[in-house]
Amino acid sequence: MSAIPHPTQMITLHGRKVVGGCAEGEALVTRDTISGWGGINPMTGTVIETRHELRGQSFKDKILVFPGAKGSSGWSVAFHTTRLTGTAPKALIFNEMTTKVALGAVVMRIPAITDLDQDPLQVIRTGDWVKVDGDRGVVEIYRGERPIGE
Amino acid sequence: MKLTDSEQAMLNGREGKAKQKAMELLVRYGEALNCERFVDTTNVAGVPGYFAPVLLDYYKATGDDAYDIIYSRFDLDSDEVVEVPRMMVNSCALQGGVDAEGWQTLGKTADALRMSQSSEAASAGRGIKILKTCTPYLAGNVPKHGEHCAWMESSAVVYCNSVLGARTNTEGRESTSSAMLTGKIPDWGFHRDENRFASHHIQVEIDVESMMDWGMLGYFTGATVQERIPVLTGRFSRPDLIRHKHFGAAAASSGGVEMYHLEGITPEADTLDKALGSRKPLEVLTYGKAEQRRTYDELNSKASDPNVDFVMLGCPHAALEQLQEIARLLEGKRISGNCNLWVFTSRAVKSEADALGYTKIIRAAGGALLTDTCSSIAQAIPPGTKVAALDSAKQTHYLPAIMGIQGWFGSTTDCIAAALTGRWNGVRP
Repeated sequence: MSAIPHPTQMITLHGRKVVGGCAEGEALVTRDTISGWGGINPMTGTVIETRHELRGQSFKDKILVFPGAKGSSGWSVAFHTTRLTGTAPKALIFNEMTTKVALGAVVMRIPAITDLDQDPLQVIRTGDWVKVDGDRGVVEIYRGERPIGE
Repeated sequence: MKLTDSEQAMLNGREGKAKQKAMELLVRYGEALNCERFVDTTNVAGVPGYFAPVLLDYYKATGDDAYDIIYSRFDLDSDEVVEVPRMMVNSCALQGGVDAEGWQTLGKTADALRMSQSSEAASAGRGIKILKTCTPYLAGNVPKHGEHCAWMESSAVVYCNSVLGARTNTEGRESTSSAMLTGKIPDWGFHRDENRFASHHIQVEIDVESMMDWGMLGYFTGATVQERIPVLTGRFSRPDLIRHKHFGAAAASSGGVEMYHLEGITPEADTLDKALGSRKPLEVLTYGKAEQRRTYDELNSKASDPNVDFVMLGCPHAALEQLQEIARLLEGKRISGNCNLWVFTSRAVKSEADALGYTKIIRAAGGALLTDTCSSIAQAIPPGTKVAALDSAKQTHYLPAIMGIQGWFGSTTDCIAAALTGRWNGVRP
């Protein structure tokens, strides 16, 4: 252990509730929109789309931060299935509202927030510890070190 | 959300448990969209109660109540299992995973076929039309101009909005299954006039003629505008149904295009100004030779081996005219012994092809005409397939990623030539 811990920086964003509830976890951030059916493997919780910057990476138990949903209308089925296989993300933070992502968030039953006061893709980095309060529309981002005892 | 008295009555359970659970899901969905009210829908297309193996396993649904269990727990996302009654509005089932005639070709088990037929019979018993296609508009379900629909299948959604001037968002399985029972869907997005105008203007500066040309233009359009609405002007001749089908399917795959306008052609684009709602476009883009070549190269970036062992056509499901062309190209010939040819269409179109002799010609050449599904949906390719040839930008987008194979993209003629010779000789535009 290092003698002097890194100072933890906390940033707060405010947005609109899509689905309520609270969750916290490590952020996984992508600038690419995500396809559900055909874009992810719901058995493993990984992105499979060719040329996607997250290809091969798992979003299981992550706070998924992304621009929005694209592609097939099977989006909700693919992400709904991740809930059954235990590979779903812990929360969603996204910019562009669509029927795909709204329905997907509802049936995954995980907190989801959109319409944030700053672009979450600019503010949040992969690996940041993020707390999501869906009901209040609040996102807290901890950089440097995971907060303890809260 | 603000509910009408009859909607409130359904939510309170006065119309039965199933409608209550369906309304609960629709209210959660409407609230997620920040939407205030529902609109009445009279045309719903989805995959109601479909018995995916993962769902049967998870819910341990093995008995006679399997349909109620899957429909309640998954389609309605209800923790309680309810008895699913007859559907309230005109409803149809889109593509599924097993073709009742060609299941062995697809490598499916007798068990999978039984499951598929059992969920199909349960749907039919509740008044759902079993169209089993991604092209309901080619199989008897053609929405009227202005009709509020609740459709799944991105290529059908974009066709419904853009070509027919009917109104639907890209719905999902849970929202369509709920809408079938209630006749309600959130009054959001494409149901409302103000959301149907173009925001991006694409100027087409090269001739766009063939189905392949339209597929590439669609793929470029989706990648460029993502989920926004484009209006296209310029050098294209009036596309037929097939060209619209391939353009829209490609744009909905590389991006999330749910509606497009073609100046002077599509029903809400008499003029450029009308398509734009008299607003200035956010962006004006150009599609010329360089953009077309880049799109072609991108689509072909997933292949390097010229030895083709599989040709798959019919994404979205082939129209009769496409089967006619395929039959013409194959007549009196045999496909290469190293190659398989699968052509997918709807049951409705296949019965027409049977009557016209196209099915027989395709079969005599060594190919198969299959229905209900496609290689991506069924996750089915001939054993040992390494390199596919495809005439659909949408299928090229999905199949190599899903099945871990190489995929060439070209014209239908390029693909049939590959099936006959086992070699890819596609021509770069």
